Parts: sequence; structure tokens; C-alpha cells
Amino acid sequence: MIGCKSESKDLAINDELVIYDFEGLEPLLNNKDGKTYVINFWATWCAPCIKELPYFEELNQNYAGKNVEVILVSLDFPQQYEKKLIPYIKEKNLKSQVVALNDTDMNSWIPKISESWTGAIPATLIYNSKRRAFYERTFSYDELVMELRKFIEN
Amino acid sequence: MKTLKTIFMLAVVVLMSSAFTTDVSGGYEIGDIATDFKLKNIDGKMVSLADYKDAKGFIVIFTCNTCPYAVAYEDRIIELDKKYAKKGYPVVAIMPNNTEVKPGDSFDSMKARARSKGFTFPYLIDEGQKIYPQYGATKTPHVYILEKTKAGNVVQYIGAIDDNYQDAAQVNTKYVEEAVDALIDGKEIKEKKTRAIGCSIKV
Repeated sequence: MIGCKSESKDLAINDELVIYDFEGLEPLLNNKDGKTYVINFWATWCAPCIKELPYFEELNQNYAGKNVEVILVSLDFPQQYEKKLIPYIKEKNLKSQVVALNDTDMNSWIPKISESWTGAIPATLIYNSKRRAFYERTFSYDELVMELRKFIEN
Repeated sequence: MKTLKTIFMLAVVVLMSSAFTTDVSGGYEIGDIATDFKLKNIDGKMVSLADYKDAKGFIVIFTCNTCPYAVAYEDRIIELDKKYAKKGYPVVAIMPNNTEVKPGDSFDSMKARARSKGFTFPYLIDEGQKIYPQYGATKTPHVYILEKTKAGNVVQYIGAIDDNYQDAAQVNTKYVEEAVDALIDGKEIKEKKTRAIGCSIKV
């Protein structure tokens, strides 16, 4: 079922999909709660995204105890939410929080996520209160861990 | 002799590693002269920008069959060509993906797609993926508007087609149309660089 952002998020994790415009998503990109966030921009039809998605899931699982949280931001088209995205989340039993970004005015929000982002997916943002980095690239699990360590070991 | 051999081997290694890293962090900025190319069109003929004797410029679009964002823009790309080819700014579409990674973008699939959509413009394959890195394209769709000058084809606009990737009916700003109109009228382009969501070019 599709919910909107005002609904309770405690129940939201993968039972329902929370859909944001950029204004709604922005707080998730700027948390200052001491956690390190790994934000992956993806879509179900994006082959390199799907290939690396298990690594983000693995990271979320392995680093949950180290104050790390993975959020998967889907850029699927709204007409695919019910047909493809939600079934995919269920089928793969994704444990990371999945949200959908539905905001067509991309020229305004892409640079707000990162000045360096040309707009291609997959793309990943890693941040905490001390450090922030954006990656317009794909990751292996080891590469992801290597980047994450720069955030949690100082 | 041994040193020479070592130097030769080193040179080979350096050459090989540079051949395998496609650096797209460079690419063109506004005002740069864009390279011409000779790429195979879906009709089997080779196409270069230099073939267009009467053009005033070009709407070069890196696009493909398989990216949903590119597909969402197909009709709008056709409209751009219909509107601007006669004004001297034809669309030239280039498919930049590695077709081994994306079989849906194979030359035969490109032909089929162009036929079923009725593409009015060349749909070229970037065989060997040599051209898109020079432009600095990172995704499909990715637009470069070139103005033909004596010095060469000058990059005047880089970025998105418009400001709504989902729905042509909901577009507020048609970036490419505004840019080409400005060039035709000899005016300054208001937004020379925009960003759009797209599918990473498959290497």
C-alpha cells in the first residue's frame, strides 16, 4: 500500500512505501543525530543499481550496531510503485528503509543533493555530522565498506 | 636491451590502463569546441556533423532504447527535430551504451526502435564508446546544443530537455527549446546548464 509522508513511519519499513518530494526528503539527507547515513539513489529498472543493492543491504545489516543506517531512495516512476517497486521490496525482503522520491523538477534538487551530481543513477551519498561525500558510481561491497570506514573511524 | 624491454612493457601497461579508464569527469564546458565524429546510423551510413552543410547548429542527444527516462523523452525528441530541423538545428541522437552490457541497445534494436517510433533524425551508435567521453556525457538522455561557427561547433547548452521527466504535459520550462530559440534570435541563453536524472552510460 502506498502511504504519504504524514503517516506513521514506525510501521512504514517496507510494509508501505513512503513517498517524498524533495522538500520531504531533504531532512533525511541532513540528519544530525550522530548516525552515519548511507543514502543510495536507485530504481528497479536500473541494472547496475540492482546489482549493488545487496551490498547496501549487507552493509545495513553488518553496521547496524555501529550507528550506521542505509536508506534506499527509489527514483522509479509513480506508475511503477504498485506494479514493480513494492513487489520488488517484498520479493527481495529488503531490510533497509526504502523511500520513493517523486519530484519532477530535477534541475532544482539534483544540485542540492550534490553539486557534483550530473543526475545519473546509481548514485550514493554518505554523511554524518562531520563528513559528507557523494559518489556518482557503482560499488562493490568491499568498496562500500572502505568508504564507510572513512566516516566511522574518526 | 633489458632496460628497453622494461620501458616498453611499462609503456604498454600505461597505455592499457588508460585505455580502460574512461574519464568523463572532463568533458565539455559551455564555449568549448565540440568534436565532430563519424558514426554509423541505423541505415548503415556514416554520419558526421560536417555532412550538414546548411545547419546552423545541432541538438546532439545521447539517448538509448533501454533507459525509462530516455524512453519517456522519445516523443519530445521527435518533436524537437520536427520543430528545429527546418530552422537549422536538427537533432542528432547518439546511443552511447556498451551493447554487450545492454543488449536491448544493440544496433538491430536501435533500428527497430527508430522504425516503430518513426525517428525523423539520425540515431547513431557510438561504436567503441569514443565519442561520449569527449563530450562528457554521463547518462541518457543528455543534451548538448552546438552552434556552428567558423571556429567549429561551439557548445552552447548542456543538460536536460525540460523540467519534467515524467509528463510532457506538466512541463514548465522547455530548456532546450528556450536555448535554441535564443541562439536563433541571437540572444543570450538564460539557462546554459541544467541537470536531469538519467541512466548511467553502460561501459
